[in-house]
This record gives sequence, structure tokens and C-alpha cells, in this order.
Amino acid sequence: MLPFICRRVGYALLILLGVTFITYLLLFLLPADPARQIAGRSATPEVVAAIRAQLGLDLPFYQQYLNYLGNLLHFDLGRSYIQRTAVSELIGSRLRPSLELMAAGIGFELLIGVSLGMLAALKRDSFADKLLMAFSFVGVSAPQFIAAMLFLYFFAVQLGWFPLGGYGGASHLMLPALTLGLLGSGWYSRMVRSSMIEVLHQDFIRTARAKGLSRARVVFVHLLPNAIVPVIPMIGIDIGVFMGGLVVVESVFGWPGIGQLAWQSIQQVDIPVIVGVTTLSAVAIVLGNLLADLVIPLVDPRIDIKQH
Amino acid sequence: MKINALTLAVAATLFTTPLWADTPKSGGDVVVTYQNDVATLDPAIGYDWQNWSMIKSLFVRLMDYKPGTTELVKSLAEDYSISPDGLVYSFTLVKGVKFQNGRELVASDVKYSLERTVNPKTQSPGAGFFSSIVGYEDMTAGKSTSLDGVKVVDDQHLTITLSAPNATFLHIMAINFASVVPKEAVEQWGADFGKHPVGSGAFRLADWKLGQKLELVKNPDYFQKGLPYVDKITFEIGQDPTVALLRLNKGEVDIAGDGVPPAQFLQFKNDPASKPLLVTGNQLQTGYVTLKTTLPPFDNLKVRQAINMAISKERIVRIINGRAVPANQPLPPAMPGYDTQYKGLPYDVEGAKKLLADAGLAKGFDTELYVMNTDPQPRIAQSIQQDLAKVGIRVQIKSLAQANVIAAGSSKDQAPMVWSGGMAWIADFPDPSNFYGPILGCTGAVEGGWNWSLYCNKALDERAAKADAMARPEQQAERTEAWKKIFIDAMADAPWVPVFNEQRFTVRSKRMGGDDALYVDPVHVPVNYDYIWVK
Amino acid sequence: MSTLKALLRRPAVAVSLLFIAMVVLLAVLAPWLSPFDPDEQFVEGLSMEGAPLAPATPYWMGTDLLGRDLLSRLIFGARTSLFIGLLANGMAVLIGTLVGLTAGFVRGWLGSVLMRVTDLMMAFPALLLAIALSAIFQPSVWIVAMVIAMVNWVQIARVIYAETVALSARDFVAVERTLGASSLRILFSHLLPHLLPTILVWATLGISTTVLLEATLSYLGVGVQPPTPSWGNIIFESQTYFTSAPWLVFIPGAAIILLSLAFNLVGDALRDELDPTLKGRR
Repeated sequence: MLPFICRRVGYALLILLGVTFITYLLLFLLPADPARQIAGRSATPEVVAAIRAQLGLDLPFYQQYLNYLGNLLHFDLGRSYIQRTAVSELIGSRLRPSLELMAAGIGFELLIGVSLGMLAALKRDSFADKLLMAFSFVGVSAPQFIAAMLFLYFFAVQLGWFPLGGYGGASHLMLPALTLGLLGSGWYSRMVRSSMIEVLHQDFIRTARAKGLSRARVVFVHLLPNAIVPVIPMIGIDIGVFMGGLVVVESVFGWPGIGQLAWQSIQQVDIPVIVGVTTLSAVAIVLGNLLADLVIPLVDPRIDIKQH
Repeated sequence: MKINALTLAVAATLFTTPLWADTPKSGGDVVVTYQNDVATLDPAIGYDWQNWSMIKSLFVRLMDYKPGTTELVKSLAEDYSISPDGLVYSFTLVKGVKFQNGRELVASDVKYSLERTVNPKTQSPGAGFFSSIVGYEDMTAGKSTSLDGVKVVDDQHLTITLSAPNATFLHIMAINFASVVPKEAVEQWGADFGKHPVGSGAFRLADWKLGQKLELVKNPDYFQKGLPYVDKITFEIGQDPTVALLRLNKGEVDIAGDGVPPAQFLQFKNDPASKPLLVTGNQLQTGYVTLKTTLPPFDNLKVRQAINMAISKERIVRIINGRAVPANQPLPPAMPGYDTQYKGLPYDVEGAKKLLADAGLAKGFDTELYVMNTDPQPRIAQSIQQDLAKVGIRVQIKSLAQANVIAAGSSKDQAPMVWSGGMAWIADFPDPSNFYGPILGCTGAVEGGWNWSLYCNKALDERAAKADAMARPEQQAERTEAWKKIFIDAMADAPWVPVFNEQRFTVRSKRMGGDDALYVDPVHVPVNYDYIWVK
Repeated sequence: MSTLKALLRRPAVAVSLLFIAMVVLLAVLAPWLSPFDPDEQFVEGLSMEGAPLAPATPYWMGTDLLGRDLLSRLIFGARTSLFIGLLANGMAVLIGTLVGLTAGFVRGWLGSVLMRVTDLMMAFPALLLAIALSAIFQPSVWIVAMVIAMVNWVQIARVIYAETVALSARDFVAVERTLGASSLRILFSHLLPHLLPTILVWATLGISTTVLLEATLSYLGVGVQPPTPSWGNIIFESQTYFTSAPWLVFIPGAAIILLSLAFNLVGDALRDELDPTLKGRR
């Protein structure tokens, strides 16, 4: 097991290197000039040139990138061009809310998605199945802004069950997490339904039923673990997506997550922040995939993941 | 073109003293929301929508403006005098002004602050404003670390020598970049001073949770007694403007800093319950289309005039639900030097077609229009696109992020037309020269500049410099006339199509008191926090 | 042919096929079927205050924020959305399946490399690539399609990989091997049919998400530039107005959902007809 993990960590570092390089290169190629952005509207060309020299933006690409890498090794992600604050501070202050939203959001996605998917599979072709299928399509196709506003309006303004956004404890977390859960559950419910239908027709299920095992036992002990296999890498992907930021949901609910930071920095060409957030996102994705790969054999002991 | 009565009325309020409807009460907490982060509270650097008025309330400057107006008044400067040749300004400072850290503010602090802004190491976007002070070139070139033109006479007296008379100098002394900062605090915090500001203004920063909120509390030692009225202002960041309105109605928010989003505007304006919460004000803003005068066929005056006549400004104003007033010249109506008699080029599609035919382009031509991608700018661009199609000009729209439009705008061979909405131009201070230099003058017509039409008229530049040299008070009327003529003559060259002057809308809850003008303050944008109070 | 007949016997599937055919027809014959020019901004298309008009004659589905006829824009928008939803999504599914299948079945060195490349692509800042590409090239539908395909194939590759690994570990594969079946035969005759349900989920749900993703990318300057309509960008530019002009969101939204749903119903039915394990067990 250990050599496997070591190898994966090694790959992970290579991937991070690749991502930072590509990101830096892409930003370098963009025509927008960060020095001009910082210098603002009333700056003379000398002021712009001075700023460019100060930030080291007149150095050749490879030198800028190597400087960045060198700082990265000291965990120094540089300073935001626009906010003049250390990038690590900017990201750090938003990390915890993002993690909280991620955990709760994915939790709800799974809770709603898996149970609805199971229900649809067991009651295949019934009216309930068709209803659940339609629900999953609507959820996935709904523009996030509208869904979030509708939920906020209905549950917070009209019913008053939840506060109108903001950061805080569980009551503030519920609405955004629930919104994300309902919208994202469509993928999980569809996958679980498909997968379960597959497994339902396997021989070993018929054997289990014939042996007289209760329906519940069959479903939860025999069906679910086999059907859940495709869901696990989806969770890994989801972790990456959530970490990249959900700017719309964060904005509507006033949740201080990384998404808003990422979006603003892209609009303003705030290079250190963009690279920092992308790197963080990459770390999350690689970790998420690694975790998923480690969990799959636990669920399905026939799989020997170590062959990689 | 006739200005309608509304514009005149609103313009008038900008010049009269605010009449208090009730007497202000002290005390109370206020909640303000913004969508975007507050970048920094360092006065030498802060230059965005959120932090501009916050910095005005955290720091003091030699000059300031009467609240809700564009009238200059003395602030930190108890008195000042200008030498007969207009080159030396002598300031007497108010005594007993204290910084947050307890130390008294003296003249050497003013010198330090100005030098800090001009010093290239600070990377201040406002350094260029101080170019008229003797010693500026040496500091920018790195040859010197002090501004020779600024002399400290004693703790309460300071003189500033200019290299040439400058009529805008007092405005420059009132701009954020001239705020006074204490040297020891700057050195203590270094690059983080923006997150731990130490000033002597009406408020001081009590807490800042990055990405979530800032808290400003009343400064009990503020040198203007009785101010500010409120005890605490909490700024909540990351709030969607539509949600901010919902919370305001519920009573959780007092001021929606981003105003009414375009999508909610009509509903809000027509709802009798919310209408009184809306404050309308004029800004010193003009939205225009730049035409690259160096790129054919825009180098032909007839073509530029034709484009001016082909665009329906009334329709554009209708598309944005009447949130602006059509414009016919570069200056906004509230700016001194605005020509109320000027008619400009009328909306005349046939006339435009004829001009194009005269220019040999009866079949029209293909071109591009760059625009910022946030609503409603692309819609405005599409309206312009359709108008120009009617005279045969086929426009391709390039809707990009702001930074990319700005980058292309000043390039010689890109962006033949740029719609300035969302990016330019709002005056930094209420003087016509600020509407000339960066966007119509030769100095701005360079790579990286904001004169996207690359219009360079040396004769007009000379007249502009002469007008700015009229620094004496008795010359002001003459100066305003000179500027009026400069802009009208610039319009004769039609480097732009002035489209509209956008109004500003702030929403405040019922419990907020203070004159309406404070909530759409033309200088303390958007709200003058020093003078608002809670009912 | 018999499959098609079997499909048409089911009412839901027949309706879905009809709907898909209708949308394709609209896209192809747009210039002749559309009542107005989709880009024409009518002065009468907006109220005096500049608000869009609700569905009524002559604008059967109302007007948008510039006074343009929504129905005409929907018809022309079908072109872009169909192209993106089918081509970009289809490409993503194809590439993802191939990569995931190969990696999961072959394992070892090749599989490892493939999966790490997938990781890299997943961590890749696609948004930045989109912006950079739009700055270098003329933004067009092709760039959007390319970016979407590049971004989405990795997700399905991961899932197919996991499923393939699980399937390969099953007894029936071992049995087939001892019986002497070639790897390719196992791959196509035995593994692929079991993966079909997953592939179908992605192929159908993916239509919705790619159409909406195209709108986001167009906003950033990639993809179609205004005034070209697509179902996604009609929603995107009107979404904040959904309280005052809900038809601008609900009608194109419904179109996207129905298209996605239609493909799903057809796909599900196809799977039922083609899946060997399900034959005769319904």
C-alpha cells in the first residue's frame, strides 16, 4: 500500500507543477496588462513602467515563473496585485467556509441523490420513477442563480425558516448547502438508478432473495455497495469542482468562499490570486481522486487497486 | 440640445448647501453592503468603488468638499494663501488633530504622506496627480527620495511650491491620494498598512474579517466636533445586490452600496413602498463611444460625424430604463464648463448616410466595437450595432472582460470603436481638466493610456495648459469659459460619440437620516459617511 | 430496423423522437421558419420604460431585453445549442469512454499514465484556457465546443475507469479469459454493454450542462458573440430579470430540459433494447 501511495503523491506533485506552469503561461499570454490595471486610470506611462518594474513584470517569462516556484516552496504565494495582501491570507480566510460548504453540499447531494436514485431503481418505470427522473433533469438544467434566488426568497424571505444568507453556524449553512444538494443530486440519482438497475438483474441478487433474506438487507448490504461504485469517483470530481468555487451560490447567499475570490481575480487579471486559486483547486482535485481510488476497493473488495 | 428640467434641478442641488430636514441625532449602528471585496484602505493605493469613501472617512486631507456638493472647503488646512505668481501655496494646519495612535498630526506628516504617494516604490495609481509639485520628476525617476517643493516651516505651517501655476491644485489636495498618514504606522505595518490603516479621520477601523466584513467605529477625537453622527458602520462584503435589497426591506441592511441592479430597477421605482428609499443623483460621468482617429476610415471627419448622427441616444436610454440622460458633449451637466446652449450633432439617419456617401463609403464598411461584458453594456453595444447597420456600417461586437477591453483600447491597431460604459469616465475631482488630459489630451493618446480615440490636438492641449494656469480666484470665470470652448472645439473634431450621462441610485432604509445629497455625494462616492445619521 | 420499430412502439419514446426531429428541423430551416429576424430590435418590442413584452401577438413568446422576438431567437438559437449539446458533449463522451475503458481494462503502466493525464486535465484551468484562446483566435462556436469537450471528457473518463476496474474484477471476465476470448472481444461484447447505462447518463444529462456552460464561456468572450443567440446565452443574459420577465428564462429553460429529457428517454429505451442481460427479464 505504501509504495502505491508514495507513487501517487509523486504523480500529484508533478501534476501540480504542470498546472502552475500552464496557468502562469496562459496568464502571460493574455493581452491584459496587470501593471496598467494597478496603475489605474490617471497614471502616466512612467508610473505604469515603475509599477511594472516593481512587480518584476518586465522580466522574461521563465524568470518570473522560477521566482514564483521558489516562493511557492516557502509557502509564499505572493501578493495580490489588486488587494496588496498576501495571497495565502486571502485564500486562507475563505478556505474554511469553502470546506464547510463543500462538505455540507456534497453531503446533501449524496443524501438526496442516492436515496432518490435507489427509489427510482426499485420502482422502475412507475410514475414515481418518471417523476424522479424529471426532477433530476430540472435540477441539473436549472441556472444556479435562479434556483438559489428562488430558494432564498421562498425559505428565507417568505417562510423565514432561515436567515437571508451570510456566514455563521448551521442555520446559515443549511440553505446554500441544500440548494447545491438539490441541484447537484440529479447526477447522483441518475447514476445510482442506472447502476442499481444493472445490479438488480445480477444472479447473486436472485440468490440472496431466494435465500430468504429480507428486502432491506438485500438492498443495503448487497445491492448498494455494488451499485455505488461509479458514485465514488464522482465525489472525487465534485470535491475538485466545489473547491474551484461556486461563485453564483456564494454570491447569492453571501457565503465568503473561494469562488467569489476566483471570479473577481479572473475579471481583474490579478495573476498571483489566479495562480494561487488554481493551484489550490488542483490540489483538491488530485486529493479527491486519490481518496476516491482508495475508497473503491473498500467498497468492492474484489478490486485490487494496487495494480497501478 | 435642451436639458430637461430634471437635470437642471438635480444639478442645482449639487451647488447649494444641504438643508437639514431634521436635526441630526448622534448614535446608532449602520449596515452597508457591497458585492466586491474592499481591496485596501491604504489612501495612497485605494482607488475602487468600495474603498473611496471609506478612505475619506478614515483619513484627513488639507482640503475637502461641502457634504453633498462639489464645493471646495478647507479641512485640515485652517487657512491657506497663494502667492501672487500662483506658484507657492502656504497652509496653516488646524492644531490638535490626533492620529488614531495618539500622536498629534504635524506638518512633517503631510510632507511624508505626499512623498509616500509619489514614491515609485509605493506603486500608487495616484502619483501622477502631483506632477505639478517641484521635485516630482526627480522622485519618479528615483533620483531623489524627497519632494523638494514641499517645505515644512514648523509644526503647523507648510508651503508647497509648484513648477507652474495650477488651477486644480486645491482639488488635488482634497483627493484621497493626498491623505495624511503617520510614518511610524506605515513603517510598522509595511505592505500590510492597507489592512491596518491608521489615520485621523472621522472613523477608525475596528475589525476586518477578510472577505466577510469590515467595522468602522466613531473616532472620539475627530477634530471636527460633533462628527460623525453614527457610532459604527459595518460593511458586509460579498453580497449580491438583489439579495441586499431583500435584506434592506427586511431591515437587516441600511444602505445598499451597489444600488439597485438594472434588473430590479423598474419594479423598485414603480413600487410605492420602495420608491421613497431610492435616492437619485447625478454623477460626474459621461458614457461615450471612442472612434480611433488614426485608423481608417475613422481618420475621416465625415465618417466620425456620420456615426455621431446615426446613433439613437434616446433608444439607448430607454433600454436602460431611463437611468441616464442623453449627452451631446464630453462634460457632464454638473461639471463647470458644461455648455447648456450647445446642440451637438442631431440624430439624423439620412444625414449620416449622406455624409458617408460624401466620404466615398456609400456601401458602408466593416468594423469592430469593443465593450465590457457586464450587463447592460453588451445590450447598449447591440443597440449601437443595429443603429449603425441602418447606415451600412457592419459592426462586430467584441464583449470581453474589462481588463482585456482596456488593453485593446489604447492599442494602435485594435479596437477601432470602444463603448466606454462600465469603465470610463467618471471625474476624479470636480474640475473640467480631469475630463480632458487622460481621455482627450495628447498625454493620454499612448499605449496604455485612456485616450482610446488616440486624438491629439496640440492646439487644444496648449489652450488646456493655459486654462489650468489661471489659478487666481478672480480668473475662475474666465477659466470656465476657456474650458467650455476647448471641449466644444474638441467636439468639432468628433473623436467621440457622447451618448449619455448616467445617474446614480442609492437605496437607504427608512431609519437613515440626512439630506438625500449625502447618499449620492458626487465626491464621497457613493455615500458621505461622516454626515449621515440614524433617525 | 427492428430496434427502431421496437422503440417507436413506446409512446414516450415516439414523442421524444418527434421532438428531437422537430428541433433539428427548426435548426436547419431556421431562416424560413422564424417569424422575424432574430437580431432585429423592435422599437415597439419594449414598453415605454424599456421593459420587455410578455408573450402576446405578434411576439408569440414575448420579447427580450432589447425588444427582439424571443421565438425567432429560440429557433435560430437551436443551431448553436444543438451543435454544442450534441457535438461537444458527444465528443467529450466518446473520448472519455475510450480513455477510461482503456485505462481500466489494460491497467499497468499505460493505465496509470492515462489516469494521471486525466488528473492533470481535470486540474487544468479550463476557464483561463478559454479566455486565452479567445484573445488569440476569433471567438467562435468551434472554440467553445473544443473547450467544453476538453473539460468534460475527464469526468466521464474517471467514472468509466472506476466501473471498468470493478467489472474486470468480476468472475465472468475471468471465465471469459480462460475460455480464450480475446481482450477486444471481452471489451466490446462483455464490458461495454454494462457500461452503456453510465455512458447514456452522461450523454443525456450532459446536454443540459454543456448548453449552460456555453453561455458562461460566451460571457467571458469565447464562443458566440452578441447578437448571435443560443438557448444558453438567452437565459444567461436574462436570468437576473426572471422576476420581471420570467418567460425569458422559463421558455428557453424548458427547451433545454425537454431536449435533454428526450434524448434520455430515447437512450434509455435503446439501452433496454440492446442490453443483453436485460433481454427477456423485463
